[in-house]
Amino acid sequence: MITYVLIVAVALVVVAITGRRILRRRSQRVLSTPARTPLPSILVEEATARPDLVAVDDSLSGRLGASRGVFDRVRLSNGRGSLTPEQLELVEEVLLRSDVGVTTTQQILSYLRTNGAPDGLVAALRSQLVALLEAGDRSLNTSAEDGRVAVWLFVGVNGVGKTTTIGKVASAQVASGRSVVLAAGDTFRAAAADQLAMWAERTGADIVRGSEGSDPGAVIHDAIGRAHARGANLVLADTAGRRHTSTNLLEELSKVRRVADRTPGQVLETILVLDATTGQNAVSQAREFLAAANVTGLALTKLDGTARGGIVVALAQEFGLPVKLVGVGEGVADLRPFNPMEFVDALLEA
Amino acid sequence: MFDALSDRLERIGQNLRSKGRLSPADLDAALGEVRTALLEADVELSVVRAFVEAVKTRLDGVALSQSLSPGQQVIKAVHEQLIEVLGGTSLKVTYATHPPTVILLAGLQGAGKTTTAAKLARWFKQQGRQPYLIAADLQRPAAVEQLRVLGGQIGVDVFSAPTDPVSVARAGLAEATRIGRDVVIIDTAGRLSIDEALMAEVKAVSGATNPHYTFLVIDAMTGQDAVQTARAFHDTLELSGLIVTKLDYDARGGAVLSARGVVGRPVVFASDGEKLENFDLFHPDRMASRILGMGDIMTLIEEAERTMDKDVVADAAGRMMSGQFTLDDFSSQLNQVRKMGSLGGLMKMMPGMSKDIRKAADNIDDRDLNRVDAIIKSMTRAERTNPTIIDGSRRTRIAKGSGTNVAAVNQLLNQFKEMQKMMKQMAGGGALPGPLAKLAPMAARAQAGGQLPSGLGGLGGPAPFTSPAKGGSKKKKKGGRVTPPKNR
Repeated sequence: MITYVLIVAVALVVVAITGRRILRRRSQRVLSTPARTPLPSILVEEATARPDLVAVDDSLSGRLGASRGVFDRVRLSNGRGSLTPEQLELVEEVLLRSDVGVTTTQQILSYLRTNGAPDGLVAALRSQLVALLEAGDRSLNTSAEDGRVAVWLFVGVNGVGKTTTIGKVASAQVASGRSVVLAAGDTFRAAAADQLAMWAERTGADIVRGSEGSDPGAVIHDAIGRAHARGANLVLADTAGRRHTSTNLLEELSKVRRVADRTPGQVLETILVLDATTGQNAVSQAREFLAAANVTGLALTKLDGTARGGIVVALAQEFGLPVKLVGVGEGVADLRPFNPMEFVDALLEA
Repeated sequence: MFDALSDRLERIGQNLRSKGRLSPADLDAALGEVRTALLEADVELSVVRAFVEAVKTRLDGVALSQSLSPGQQVIKAVHEQLIEVLGGTSLKVTYATHPPTVILLAGLQGAGKTTTAAKLARWFKQQGRQPYLIAADLQRPAAVEQLRVLGGQIGVDVFSAPTDPVSVARAGLAEATRIGRDVVIIDTAGRLSIDEALMAEVKAVSGATNPHYTFLVIDAMTGQDAVQTARAFHDTLELSGLIVTKLDYDARGGAVLSARGVVGRPVVFASDGEKLENFDLFHPDRMASRILGMGDIMTLIEEAERTMDKDVVADAAGRMMSGQFTLDDFSSQLNQVRKMGSLGGLMKMMPGMSKDIRKAADNIDDRDLNRVDAIIKSMTRAERTNPTIIDGSRRTRIAKGSGTNVAAVNQLLNQFKEMQKMMKQMAGGGALPGPLAKLAPMAARAQAGGQLPSGLGGLGGPAPFTSPAKGGSKKKKKGGRVTPPKNR
């Protein structure tokens, strides 16, 4: 109720501001604006390449090493004040260009500033990033309670590759000997169920689908029922891509999750699928999906492109969300467990 | 999580006004904040650098305006520069003398090409053209099917064949010519930009169809990678323009600036929703505000000035400031606001609104306001000026008169009391509760002569403004010189 009052009040504030602008115009002269400098239509002819941190570090530490006195060595071993502003700037550039984001980058920089880099810049940065990304449980849980069927729910915004990810997960799980039922819970997007059906055919998984526009909860419920009846081990549930800013769509997702978690189903994983090209908006996505569907981990797709997916560092920092899967190609086998070491190396090496 | 640029800048330079111009140190500090704001909006680092440099040149040595705080002046410069970059050149679609006009859509996987193809077809159809869709995306399972479904919804034929993309495009084009369609839109397979095989494919499709326009579809949520993508596609295809999608999400959309910055071609269309009608020409000013996290407050207030009755609003503002606020004021102001469209849509354009309010705004039923209006109209003049006289029997009468119930009347009276309190606080310059607190300095600045109110948070979808402008005819004689409203 109070929100409603606020909303109306805000509307009235608009009136107030507008009114005062009008009053002011009527009583005052509007001052001139500064002259414009036209900008070229192409701002950047060639995007500056990411600096090669590793190469820079080697040469820097080599040079520093040669001139380092005993006092400096002692200071370094204590890990204090060993990084130059130039080095920190380089780190900043590398992290920003990988979509790590300003906030997280600043936090990492301040950590490096405080703790120094006794074993060199890259080593310090690497160990910090790996530590961040290694936190949390990165395994995928398949062991449901007795008499229940494990359900993995895949959620995310539009176009991140949810359905494709499910197809690849299905393929891997079938290959490792599980019997899998796919639930075509994306009843909104034209032809999403068809896409999943093709994956079912390719992988030999079973599929349950509803008609377009039918209730996604019902489809997933049916899939769980079928899996239970046939003694299948795992239900992979697709959901429609949805805006994380819409209350209704998030509520629908919460409901879908509740339905899927009802006996005989048991939701063991809720995977937020993220596109590696996504920038800072992923933070907002993670926050909302976490609240609505109790996300257990991330699948980072399209990592084979030029994007580095540094945003997962920000997500690890902010929400402690582990990355469980990475997609590195369009082939069936191009979905892999997440390896923090490899990921960090790719992030740091240009 | 993100602070709007305006808030950041306010922190630096509250008391610089007396100096008359920005000192180099102040300027550096301000530009540092501009840089952070752009990076948080996902603008690519090289583009940020070039942009900040341009803003610096623009601000260097410029005498500070008396009416704007230095922070506001920096924002104004940045905002204008953004508009210039985003909208500096525009693309006018001219139709081919020998139809069909061929349009090729390219972009990364998941950017929304297929949906955009359908939306574009719908747009051309509304322009009185006969569009035709070619589904040359044979890579993604079910992409052709998706386009067929969408084509069915808008009544546009879709051509495809299970051969290869180049033959499909060629055959589709021939078919379009045969049946006399004058705009052909080709949807291509999504690619990861470094994937040379797929890049070669789209190049082959382009070579085979010789499109008049090639648009790159980019997702507003893209991060730093936007430049690589835009560059790669531009090098391969010679883009004629950009189409930005998913503006209904809460991303700031700096990717648009990144892509625009390296390609130098205009952003032509913007898509802000899953529905096929959520598609329109691109508005650089809105995008600029969005990138800066200013909400769409300027658009909002300018729209307010266009739509609302100026005398009524000016009068209302004056009364509010002196702490007067009656049910009559409430009713008339609410009606002014409603001229601008739905309250929910309006709320989404407001900066500084918390997530909760935004969500609540999604669920506002404007019919509730009709009920509110009916209740107020069922009161006598005396009751409206002084609601404290409304006792039990008056409540019953008002409820009957308005076709509601006593509970609804009570509710309105209680809400009104709350609002009256807020208005008093605002008039007294006191602290406001919750999110409104953020509006207080904005309101204060608006009064003090500031032009750009502080703002926070991404904006939601733009509200539909449908009401025609109703200008106030009489000018208030009170106080000083009268200048006509400046059109921005």
